[in-house]
Amino acid sequence: MGGPGSDPRGPVHESPPGAATPSRPFAASRFRDLVGPHIDAAYSLARFLARDAVAAEDIAQDALMKAFRAVDTLRGEAVRPWLLAIVRNAYFDWRRREDGRIVGGPAAEAALAEAPDTGQESAEAALIRRGDVEALRAAIADIPEPFREALVLRDLEELSYREVAEATGAPMGTVMSRLARARRMLAERLGVAEVRV
Amino acid sequence: MTEPCPDKELLLHALADGELDAKSALEVEAHVAGCQGCAAKLAEIREVKAALAETPVRYAAPASLHARLDAALADEARPARQRRGGVETWALGGSITALAAGLALFALVPSGASLESQLVDAQTRSLQAQHLVDVATSDRHTVKPWFNGKVDFAPPVADLAAQGFPLVGGRLDHLAGHDAAAIVFRRRAHVINLFVWKGEGPAAPVLERREGYSLVHWSRGGLDFWAVSDIDPPDLMAFQKAYAAATT
Repeated sequence: MGGPGSDPRGPVHESPPGAATPSRPFAASRFRDLVGPHIDAAYSLARFLARDAVAAEDIAQDALMKAFRAVDTLRGEAVRPWLLAIVRNAYFDWRRREDGRIVGGPAAEAALAEAPDTGQESAEAALIRRGDVEALRAAIADIPEPFREALVLRDLEELSYREVAEATGAPMGTVMSRLARARRMLAERLGVAEVRV
Repeated sequence: MTEPCPDKELLLHALADGELDAKSALEVEAHVAGCQGCAAKLAEIREVKAALAETPVRYAAPASLHARLDAALADEARPARQRRGGVETWALGGSITALAAGLALFALVPSGASLESQLVDAQTRSLQAQHLVDVATSDRHTVKPWFNGKVDFAPPVADLAAQGFPLVGGRLDHLAGHDAAAIVFRRRAHVINLFVWKGEGPAAPVLERREGYSLVHWSRGGLDFWAVSDIDPPDLMAFQKAYAAATT
């Protein structure tokens, strides 16, 4: 084996057992058990919020690591709403970083801001055939915030009204009205709206 | 068609979502029975919910996210590095050599080589955010040509999903003075980096352990291959065998 003067890390060998910080391997396996089933949900929410596959991965990774570090704070509450709230915050952190990089004056920023819903849906948007996954995804992506997030959390991630309210920090009445708006927009795109505007 | 009653609309959603208690639910249903506008609105809500429930719009996390996450968790759980240069580390040297001599499959190479340290560092770096792959796909017909013009050799690429080592993608890397192609595979939750560059090394694969990682090194066709992973040595040797067989 090498003597003094060769690789200062020492000869090739394994770390002896017990060298690990005791809690770390258990933290990872507890995290996997609790959070593992919800990784898809984390990514899916990030994807619908950011509307960008690459950003969604970064946001989900960021959120999952934050969740890992905070997993010991879970005290019997439901894991999915807790995790999705972390994802949502990670999305807003990402937005702040992205918006900070936007060059251009107020006009550029205004153009990039979410379009307010005027109550008049574009009649030119094509009707979606039921079962057309990509068209329905695109229609959901077209829904402006904060209506889209209410729909995704309730109808895709199956959070209760109370859980959506907690995850978004909004009163339940607000959540319900945002959900109603989002569903109405989709109803028009699906051609099932009971009243045309 | 008549409009729904404005003060009832949110209740119709709550009814459809099962969010009303039994008493309120009965009241709303009774109203709907007698109100055309609300009945139509409730039907509309149910259609939208059905479309969302039937159509698989939810996204699944990509393999690269799983790989990144598992690597980051493995990194958090890694034991602290051994102290360097202390008496206790040198004392282990003799017993390691004796152990190695008795294991026919394993061939320890001198620890003075710094290439292995660089490979382990490159593995760790690759597991950080956004650094695992430059091209993320399990399609070898996309990964292989992606390296054209980026390295001056053609790295053999195969998807070994059938053998339990799915292809995750590719990345350009640079270490020990080589422009390297890094072909990234996954073994369950673990990342395997296969570094390829032009060189001549052993024809038969050589296994090493370094800081909790397994490294396998071999050469073929004027290319040097280094597979690095935190999976067990027999698994990484199985990977080498599968890769060599798939890329003859």
